[in-house]
Amino acid sequence: MNIIVCMKQVPDTTDVKIDPKTGTLIREGVPSIVNPDDKHAIEESLQLRERYGGRVTVVSMGPPQAIDALKEVYAMGVDDTILLSDRAFAGADTWATSYTLGMGIKALGEFDLIFCGLQAIDGDTAQIGPQLAEFLGIPQVTYVRDVKIDGNELTVQRALEDGHMTMKIPMPALLTAVKELNSPRYPTMGGIIRAYREHETKVWSASDIGAEPEKIGLEGSPTQVKRTFAPEPRGKVEIIEGDTAGDMVARLVDKLKEKNVVR
Amino acid sequence: MIMEVTIDRELCIGCAICVKQCPKGYELDDELIAVVISTSAPGIMETEEACPVGAITITGEPEEIPVLDKVEPLIKVDDSRDVWVFAEQRDGKLAKVALQLLGRARDLADELKQNVVAVLIGNNIDNLAKELIGYQADTVYVANDERLNDYQTLPYTTIITDLIKKYKPNIFLYGATFIGRDLAPRISQRVKTGLTADCTKLTIEEDTGLLDQTRPAFGGNIMATIQTPDHRPQMATVRPGIMKVKPFDPERSGEIISVTPDLEGNDLIAKIIEVAKDSRTKINLEEAKIIVSGGRGVGSKEGFGVLEELAELLGAEVGGSRVAVESGYIEQDHQVGQTGKTVAPELYIACGISGSIQHRAGMSTSKIIVAINKDPDAQILTVSDYAIVGDLHEVVPLITRELKKRGLGGL
Repeated sequence: MNIIVCMKQVPDTTDVKIDPKTGTLIREGVPSIVNPDDKHAIEESLQLRERYGGRVTVVSMGPPQAIDALKEVYAMGVDDTILLSDRAFAGADTWATSYTLGMGIKALGEFDLIFCGLQAIDGDTAQIGPQLAEFLGIPQVTYVRDVKIDGNELTVQRALEDGHMTMKIPMPALLTAVKELNSPRYPTMGGIIRAYREHETKVWSASDIGAEPEKIGLEGSPTQVKRTFAPEPRGKVEIIEGDTAGDMVARLVDKLKEKNVVR
Repeated sequence: MIMEVTIDRELCIGCAICVKQCPKGYELDDELIAVVISTSAPGIMETEEACPVGAITITGEPEEIPVLDKVEPLIKVDDSRDVWVFAEQRDGKLAKVALQLLGRARDLADELKQNVVAVLIGNNIDNLAKELIGYQADTVYVANDERLNDYQTLPYTTIITDLIKKYKPNIFLYGATFIGRDLAPRISQRVKTGLTADCTKLTIEEDTGLLDQTRPAFGGNIMATIQTPDHRPQMATVRPGIMKVKPFDPERSGEIISVTPDLEGNDLIAKIIEVAKDSRTKINLEEAKIIVSGGRGVGSKEGFGVLEELAELLGAEVGGSRVAVESGYIEQDHQVGQTGKTVAPELYIACGISGSIQHRAGMSTSKIIVAINKDPDAQILTVSDYAIVGDLHEVVPLITRELKKRGLGGL
């Protein structure tokens, strides 16, 4: 079993705060982390390797600092890590990113299974998995919360709004993991030491993976950011006053009735 | 005057939006602050406005800026027309978001003087086409095939891609549902066009007629407006519950065109074994009209009892913050927020929820938000319309009683 996991290093948005005066992001001192959904993809891949043998390789696209995140997942127990890093990749939207990851994966050679996290916490698009599967010409299952392997066939449970769907698909295939899938393991002490002393992440540029310049980075991106802005604040909150809790509640219910949200 | 680009290092937050917009012009230094590497890079003029904190100042006139080479689009801008909607259905029932998309598509199409087109795929669904027309579709393409009883990525992708190549839509909208978010990116890769995820606002740019696709980013901390200038269709997934449904008009006329799916063997390699509703999760937070939600302040699993009573009276769903879920007060599938569900009900009642950024990102587009909290400085109040400062264990049962007394209920 040859498993490839796509991973993104992301700012820990749980630490992002808003400057109340300007309504803008404060990112000072915000640490970078392994994207949470990707950890579930890595955990599942490690469990599959433990059951069926094989190799787990983690691929990431990002700036040179992303090596730190790759060291962390190496310490979780993956076999190899690859960083696709090139100034020319900068400004990529999901189309160009999935092309770049796809070219990196093709450069790696044969695979049975590709695992991605459902989505990254900085963009929340959930687009890379399906776009990458299409680029590689393999089937996909997203929102995966259970995987079993029988020979060359995967039995996969995919979440829906109100339930789930169970399906069988042949490998090679691409799956995207949701957090219900498993609980990711922590890096081991020995793993951390090996990650920093012995393991060397391979860093591949655009030319290393044979990426066409007009399909990567900003140039390869069909979408463009026109502008960004702080979300419109709501009108100021109305604090309902009253002598007793009962008075306040009665006034609140008046307001809700006025707004026609209770009838 | 020579052009100068300066960056205020105090203001820069290292968000790298300038690097994304203009990778040849900027990079982040070791302190994650933007630095200018070339003032003649393509796209640099727009970065001044794009910077969310106003850290970039550009003075003087630009040198001549080279034009970018782009991937040759499959569908040319001038050849494209009409606003298309993916009419998601399951078990012969249209998803509410499909009707919401039609409502918005009508306004966009009217502004562009174009038509609204819906694509309907499934088995035994012919009756739904008329419904789509009543909800503003001018044309409905129907692919009715017994092999399409349940949603499958590959046949759906092939059917829609074939229609896109043949009819060249200008705009194509999908619901940001479990199905829409699986399908739309696959299509975008195949037809080589852009896709913007989870939009909360769609408008037409006046001068260009381009679709302005606005979405939250960084967990709702910042909004971004995205365009797809050179590729068609301009595709977006749209959050359920945000666009408004137009009233059903049974008299509306439209064209229903049957499509014979041209599926190859590979399109049908997934075998569906079972489609099941989760018994313990009858909850559907995304489509709920009212949500009564609890956080740390609820204090225990039993504490949710008063919320459940209010929810029952209102016909509402019960939600929970991450803390409430992680403390074991309520099941994970009730979680609202960045790591849970994103919701936009008519009424959201936040009980004992402090309102972290992640939580607010998942509920701040609700129409009316009520906070019940002991702390008058709780962050949740920044997105609330009304607040009662007090103990939810006292206040929530009083709300239930007051509503009952006045014979009021939910929507």
